[in-house]
Amino acid sequence: MGAGHAHPLYLDRAGRLHRLAPEVKIAAVLLFTIVVVLTPPTEFAAFGGYLLLLAGVTAAARVPVPWLLKRATIELPFVLLAVVLPFAGHGERVDWLGMSLSIDGLHGAWNIFAKGTLGVLASLLLAATTTMRDLIVGLDRLRVPSVFTQIATFMLRYIDVLADDARRMRIARLSRGYDPRFLWQVKAFAVGVGSLFLRSYERGERVYLAMVSRGYTGRLPVVAGRRAAPREWMVSAALPVASAGIAVAAAVLA
Amino acid sequence: MIDVTDPALRVAGLHYAYPDGRAALRGVDLTLAPGERVALLGPNGAGKTTLVLHLNGILHGGGGTVEVSGAPVVPADRAAIAEIRRRVGIVFQDPDDQLFMPTVAEDVAFGPANLGVRGAELDARVDEALAAVGMSEHRDHVPHHLSFGQRRRVAVATVLAMRPEILVLDEPSSNLDPASRRELAEILETLPVTLLMVTHDLPYALELCPRAVILDTGRIVADDATVTLLADRDLMRGHRLELPFGFDPVTAAATRHR
Repeated sequence: MGAGHAHPLYLDRAGRLHRLAPEVKIAAVLLFTIVVVLTPPTEFAAFGGYLLLLAGVTAAARVPVPWLLKRATIELPFVLLAVVLPFAGHGERVDWLGMSLSIDGLHGAWNIFAKGTLGVLASLLLAATTTMRDLIVGLDRLRVPSVFTQIATFMLRYIDVLADDARRMRIARLSRGYDPRFLWQVKAFAVGVGSLFLRSYERGERVYLAMVSRGYTGRLPVVAGRRAAPREWMVSAALPVASAGIAVAAAVLA
Repeated sequence: MIDVTDPALRVAGLHYAYPDGRAALRGVDLTLAPGERVALLGPNGAGKTTLVLHLNGILHGGGGTVEVSGAPVVPADRAAIAEIRRRVGIVFQDPDDQLFMPTVAEDVAFGPANLGVRGAELDARVDEALAAVGMSEHRDHVPHHLSFGQRRRVAVATVLAMRPEILVLDEPSSNLDPASRRELAEILETLPVTLLMVTHDLPYALELCPRAVILDTGRIVADDATVTLLADRDLMRGHRLELPFGFDPVTAAATRHR
């Protein structure tokens, strides 16, 4: 199901992780992230362990490491913030390469950098192995309120239609000599956004009419399909369980 | 139960005014026999779409009655209206309005699922409907990635999956290239349903529908064989209907039935 619903973060491979039911993958990533966030930042060995776990998952998903790292750059703005912290932090300071750095700030920066990176990598691995459609199906099976999954379903279908509308309107503007180079020329663009909104609103009404004509009574039919087998839950539980094990071991051994 | 002598559709004395008070329908009478293919012609603003939305009870309240195979359309009765919406399948003009699910198969399954069809029976319905419009190999595709003609065909399938008795098409040939237009005609001709086709495409009406009615200013002003209506130049001109340049309905009809 969902062939063709490839978003830019999806990597079409025939890996084992691709075949796992989406709900187990979502649950595993969520639990893993919670464990990572709960780990005290000073447990350096634990973070090394988490990274090894993710490396294992990456190998199992057959996601190339450069591909993953390139997309992980989305994290950079947050890392920049983290870099500022050791300089701006208060309390005890150390001198390193002639710079005076705050110890608290260093810990804070490490905290953001390590947890952020692990969270981003885990989410990217989920995105790389699961299509958009399957993500929504997975959320639906995890009992996320159907109003959210319905909105996501509509967005998934109409985002392309809307983008096409916007593109055609832009081309029509450009064809009539519109060349926005100054701020006061933005008016045509703003009006365009307004009319795009109106068009979408009217389309919403027509879509609803067409749905009512086919017997819609306020509930989308339940998505049929394969539910996760217990074995899949076990396989995906490996990631959060192992990470929790690492966290406990680090706490005990410290 | 359905009586064999009941017409597929009987509209009697139907009135409707828009919320702003403008009259849209002023007493429409129309009867369709089972299996008949009828074209609903008329200029823009004649009330064609308004009439169509009365056939499955989406618009109502202006007086007059609509019966589908003998069953009256009573909007207040939810169970009855669900059955009416199964019997009357409307294919809207813009397939992007009709196709709202992420994949073709899910969209085709939407109607029958609303009727309570589940599991293997639902899959069978989807396969059957997609096969009827020649779109079986596209069942897992995204509607947005199909061509316009393919989307129009899928829109027809979404309604066919409900096994309607009457198929109502709003401008089925609009925006189609000639090949898609012909392909759609070939599909529509094979469907074993009563067909009501709203169209401005007069040659298409002549090709597919032996009978035509003209709706103007909220009334049925003419009801006859399509070729007779199209050949009546004064009638046509009087209701802002125009044939394409050089098109002779009588000659065209003669080649059609040869």
